[in-house]
Amino acid sequence: MSQASTAGAVILARIREALRVPAPPPQMRSHATEQAAAAGPGGLTILPADVARPWLPDGGDTPEERVAILTENLRRLKAEVHRAADLAAAADLVATFAADRGWRRVAWHGHETVEPLAIRLGCDTYRVDDRQFDKDALEACDAGITACEAAVAQTGSILVSSGSCGGRALSILPHVHVVILPAVAVAGTLADALDLVRARHASRLPSMLSFITGPSRTGDIERILVLGAHGPRELIVVLVG
Amino acid sequence: MTRAAADTDPKTVFEAEEPHLAKRKFLHDAAEHVRDTAHRAFVRKALGGYYTSRDTQQARYRDWEQARDAASLAKWSAVNRLDELLPRFVGNFEANGGRVHWARNADEARTIILGLLRQARARAVIKSKCMTSEEIHLNAAMERDGYGVVESDLGEFIQQLRGEPPYHFVFPCMHVRRDEISDLFGRHLGTPPTDSPEELTMIARRHMRRLYVDADVGITGANFLVAETGQISITENEGNARLTAALPRVHIALAGIEKVVANLDDLAVLLPMLATAGAGQPLTCYNTLYAGPRQAGECDGPEEMHLVLLDNRRTEILADPEQRDSLHCIRCGACLNVCPIFKNVGGFTYGTTYQGPIGSVITPHLRGLADWNHLSGASSLCGACTDACPVRIDIHHHLLHNRRNAARSSPSRLERLGHRLFALVASRPWLFAAGGMVVRRTLWLAKKLPPPLLRAWLATRDLPRPPARSFRSQWRSRP
Repeated sequence: MSQASTAGAVILARIREALRVPAPPPQMRSHATEQAAAAGPGGLTILPADVARPWLPDGGDTPEERVAILTENLRRLKAEVHRAADLAAAADLVATFAADRGWRRVAWHGHETVEPLAIRLGCDTYRVDDRQFDKDALEACDAGITACEAAVAQTGSILVSSGSCGGRALSILPHVHVVILPAVAVAGTLADALDLVRARHASRLPSMLSFITGPSRTGDIERILVLGAHGPRELIVVLVG
Repeated sequence: MTRAAADTDPKTVFEAEEPHLAKRKFLHDAAEHVRDTAHRAFVRKALGGYYTSRDTQQARYRDWEQARDAASLAKWSAVNRLDELLPRFVGNFEANGGRVHWARNADEARTIILGLLRQARARAVIKSKCMTSEEIHLNAAMERDGYGVVESDLGEFIQQLRGEPPYHFVFPCMHVRRDEISDLFGRHLGTPPTDSPEELTMIARRHMRRLYVDADVGITGANFLVAETGQISITENEGNARLTAALPRVHIALAGIEKVVANLDDLAVLLPMLATAGAGQPLTCYNTLYAGPRQAGECDGPEEMHLVLLDNRRTEILADPEQRDSLHCIRCGACLNVCPIFKNVGGFTYGTTYQGPIGSVITPHLRGLADWNHLSGASSLCGACTDACPVRIDIHHHLLHNRRNAARSSPSRLERLGHRLFALVASRPWLFAAGGMVVRRTLWLAKKLPPPLLRAWLATRDLPRPPARSFRSQWRSRP
């Protein structure tokens, strides 16, 4: 046997041997979780959605509540939030940003919510998904516009994927990230957003799913918050509808 | 710059070349550090902001204590089903197009990764923060083999330039002042001095962008491995891990086998808990799930994805049901941030990859109880760590368990003699009374003893004046 298969077999054998003596469940502070613990470490439903979720921060019960919570969280995270009635209004809005902020070149990808905006930008554009894009060219772009899979009110996050949001680099490499978010895509919780994506990509999950929670940040120097560590310095969310 | 030139010898702080000296080094460094009041004040101030944001964020949970229950249950359920979940994860990860490599120990993990670098004909390697790679001393091994590697996380980059290991496994350079960083960047990158954290961050940002684009291989860690879907989950704030896994041709991830969770529902509880406990955030800025390399129809991403699964004596902790829950650790660092010992002796004094209370629990398992048990003594047993732990690991009791195990496996003869003597006296009331009488009369002599005997004790403590009468005699004559 090769080293690789031997090592794997040895580790799995050690694990099986180690687990022959059971460990007691953790001490629970609440009745609901105590019952779940008593059921033992089996089954994938040990944290059923309706039991686990009400403990975490609120995600809102109605679409209006979710949008309100999301907006508040995004502002707290120092992201910009703008509302547009439809894609045409969103296109006007983003074209104004491009003009006001002096963007020379903006990257985008082919998507029904992105294309109408890209073609109306008053500046140079760079599409990443119709051929192999050039990394240096993308790095030099002032902004990138992407679609998103969903948003999460609970945490103020935007969920993008490599499958339908222009790959992996478009939402992280340009200095500004503009994301087009249809109001109907606002989910309450992280688990809801993941359910949504799983339902949409039932046959195969995209190779990357990323929850983006505000512009890139660091606190590594004296724990002082600085935006734009390696990813986008600005996150602009355009909420459509 | 492809290879970071270290200011000091990286071995000195990190690798305990002579493990039997670990305790002596700990005592020496702790004493030195405790004297450095300016440094301690600086670290305490840095943590002040963390306490505020953590409390604010915890208050947004509808029930933080129940969320802790859920998180601890999710990890308990995963660790106790590792025999089932790990193979399921591996099957799903490989079905997604990734390749799994098993490493029994640090040496095997290094060999595998160096082999992958050779195979990829790597010229430039970019790396995002990965404590497991510190555990196996990956950077030193790569540099010995001639591979330039750059740490892209700002704190890790600063530590790499300083030639030091991380001071804190979540906030690697929390002990470094901005003027020191400005000097460091001036020396290595030729940038003008500045006292603005923002400007310093931008220097690193500009420096690193070129390196992401040019790197052939990106190395990351993984915070969770999702069995149900075969994805790895990476938590970060800066976007450097996103870039590391987006631009290079090959992505190599390194993770301990205990990182498995059952499904995405469990992950949806653990991700916000990790961010809140670790950094006082609702969720860290980027939480990313990777399922293999670039797929057909995707416009970028690596051609290959490899995952190295490391045991390195984790199965020994697993085999101890009493301390198995220390494998629940999600490395949020909350226990360090609240620990009075960490705040007073500092991160380097531990001499371990994982500092603070959780490090003191697991290091004796990972590197040997005989040489590392002194860490279990470096605790006031106040329990602040246990209260802070988002997955409810019984940290301070495990420190006691380690002390007990050490006493069992290598009992100190002197200690045993002392206990026997005490039992002898305490179980005979007449002897106890006689002993008390002798000590009350002769306690003053303690100060006259030849210096080394009680000097350490008396250096920081008063010698109390003994009472004239014993407690028992006072009790008998109470009105």
